[in-house]
Amino acid sequence: MNLSISIWVPLIPFFIFIFLSLAGHKFKPLFAGVLGTVGLFVSFIISLLVAYQYFFAEGLLNGAYQQIIAYKATWLNLTDRLVVSMGSLVDPISVMMLIVVTTVSLMVHLYSIGYMKGEVGFTRFFAFLSLFSFSMLGLVLAPNIFQMYIFWELVGVSSYLLIGFYYTKPSAVAASKKAFIVTRFADLGFLVGILIISFITGSLDFDQIIPMLTDPNSPAFQEGSKTLFFGMSVLTWSVIFVFMGGAGKSAMFPLHIWLPDAMEGPTPVSALIHAATMVVAGVYLVARLFPIYALSAPTGLEVVAYVGAFTSLFAAIIACTQFDIKRILAFSTLSQIGYMMLALGVSGYGGEQGLGFTASMFHLFTHAMFKALLFLAAGAIIHAVHSNYMYEMGNLRKFLPITHITFAVAVLAIAGIPPFAGFFSKDEILVAAYHHNKFLFAVEYLVAGITAFYMSRLYFSVFWGKHQHYHHTPHEAPKTMTIPLMFLALAAATTGFIHFSEFVSSDLIPYESHIHWNIAIPSILVALVGISIAAAMYMKETTIPDRIAKSFRGFYTLVYNKFYIDEIYIFVTKKIIFNYISRPVAWFDRHIVDGSMNLIGNTTARVSHLIRDFQSGQIQKYGFVFVSGVLILAFVFIYWWLK
Amino acid sequence: MIEGIPIVHFLVVSTIMFFVGVYGFLVRRNLITILMSIELMLNSVNINFVVFNKYLFPEQLQGHFFTLFIVAVAAAEAAVAIAIIINVYRRFNNINVEEVSNMKH
Repeated sequence: MNLSISIWVPLIPFFIFIFLSLAGHKFKPLFAGVLGTVGLFVSFIISLLVAYQYFFAEGLLNGAYQQIIAYKATWLNLTDRLVVSMGSLVDPISVMMLIVVTTVSLMVHLYSIGYMKGEVGFTRFFAFLSLFSFSMLGLVLAPNIFQMYIFWELVGVSSYLLIGFYYTKPSAVAASKKAFIVTRFADLGFLVGILIISFITGSLDFDQIIPMLTDPNSPAFQEGSKTLFFGMSVLTWSVIFVFMGGAGKSAMFPLHIWLPDAMEGPTPVSALIHAATMVVAGVYLVARLFPIYALSAPTGLEVVAYVGAFTSLFAAIIACTQFDIKRILAFSTLSQIGYMMLALGVSGYGGEQGLGFTASMFHLFTHAMFKALLFLAAGAIIHAVHSNYMYEMGNLRKFLPITHITFAVAVLAIAGIPPFAGFFSKDEILVAAYHHNKFLFAVEYLVAGITAFYMSRLYFSVFWGKHQHYHHTPHEAPKTMTIPLMFLALAAATTGFIHFSEFVSSDLIPYESHIHWNIAIPSILVALVGISIAAAMYMKETTIPDRIAKSFRGFYTLVYNKFYIDEIYIFVTKKIIFNYISRPVAWFDRHIVDGSMNLIGNTTARVSHLIRDFQSGQIQKYGFVFVSGVLILAFVFIYWWLK
Repeated sequence: MIEGIPIVHFLVVSTIMFFVGVYGFLVRRNLITILMSIELMLNSVNINFVVFNKYLFPEQLQGHFFTLFIVAVAAAEAAVAIAIIINVYRRFNNINVEEVSNMKH
């Protein structure tokens, strides 16, 4: 079997998207769901085949994994050197992402058949899901940064379309616009980064720019690192700009504001796009260019580490005070992606040094499983209770047994309790941070505790806590929804045992890594402390949370309002940018640019109005002018002649 | 029969006819009148041809032939023009050139 089969992984959802968009309305809605799910299942099988073929047959050569360009088609021949092609790059991280994306997408497709049943626009929903799967898989496989950028924007579009799926709801429309504008703004940085990188290297292909920019003797590296700009080399600036794009897509502080609002979309979408796959695209991007960060731009990597660490702490604190269960999960996603960024940021290059890189990818993998599970379980809860708010839930464990158990598995996984998946990946991240930077390590320890606390708070409030009087008895979700939950719970419980360092490493050479119990045991203790505090506060109905909130009223309000970041954005954009930049620009545009054009237009119009009568189209008038002219000339000549 | 009449007399008549034609062509708005004015101009030219031929080159016939051609062509032209005018009248109920300004259809 040939690895070029990997291009079919994105192409199948693409064809399904085209088909459903053009002809979907001719079939029953259920057909769209089944078709999308079957198509994704085929993609999933192909991904598994590719993964098997890559990791166990073709990939390993002389003890190192190869980056194989499995398929390549030239698209734009711009110059002799600058050629844009489309294709698929198969290497450990892209294969891993194929597995993640197709698994979660398949589960979400299956789940959506039950969750979206009877909704208006069922076919449209599945068409958009297919579009998203296509875009994300194309992004993952991109062998050059330009293809990555195209698919990067495509996932942005599909995210926009799916957040705004309920387009009759003003809040959904606002959220979709917010998400699109914020990520577009960040993508500007990504584009600038791409332009700088391709300018210094003259190439767009990863297999050319990475060797060029990591080899200290290459002219591109010399040019990039010698030229300084505000104290940092152009190369460092370029990777920071690229990271800005990644930070926008991965909702890192301060570009995180769109993600909590994106929860307006249907819950399966939140699970697929805003938890498991699209939001980790930023992590994937940094991982893809990781050698450049690690070897040539360590300052850029520091930025990644600190942004990641800050976001993980910041989002974890906010998550403790929210009541909308999807928003809690959104902030927890922010926090976990912060972990992944931090892991990349503290990683070195090669062998044991590159543990952070492996840990980041490992955490990406396990996080995708347990976070998708959390969201899908939250969807099942919302489906049963018809509310997003925690204070309208309680004691649901009797009504939703399957959801309860799978949710508990996911909570244990995210809290880092062995043997669930999150424990292993989080342990590797903490080890990597410990070796690199003690301060960041301490921050992440704290975050691990807070994570355990807020996730348990969510779990206890929803499934234990006070007895609620529901309008109608909540009932367990249908089979199509519980099967994905059980599958993902299985994944969240077991994927931790994969020896990730034997597959994914910063320099593509497999190595052995072990659990560091001296770091793992305190982190388990911290998590247990977090869980116990949450259990004490929320397992039975108590007044402790209210009393704590009262005694820290100022801080609580600050956190509850998400540190007023949205308000700051509104202030900066509406009060400062609109008034002092946009308005003068608009005035200039209307009066100077438009004015000069209008002047030319008006003058022409006025002149033509004046001379319009000469062109009446009436032969008699022309004849009159002609005869008068002849007569005048005749008189003139006769006059001269007679003189 | 025309001996004794000086050439200038003929030329004066033809000039007057020509400018009457020009005036009518420029001023009148009725298609038929315009057509008649054109005939006047053509015929004044015919007079000039015949007169110059007779007085200046009596042994030649080109002027006469030109006159015959012009008469024939004028007849054909009148036939076509009148056909057009009739069609215009049928469509617009009007043969005023200023009001018949719609070229479409």
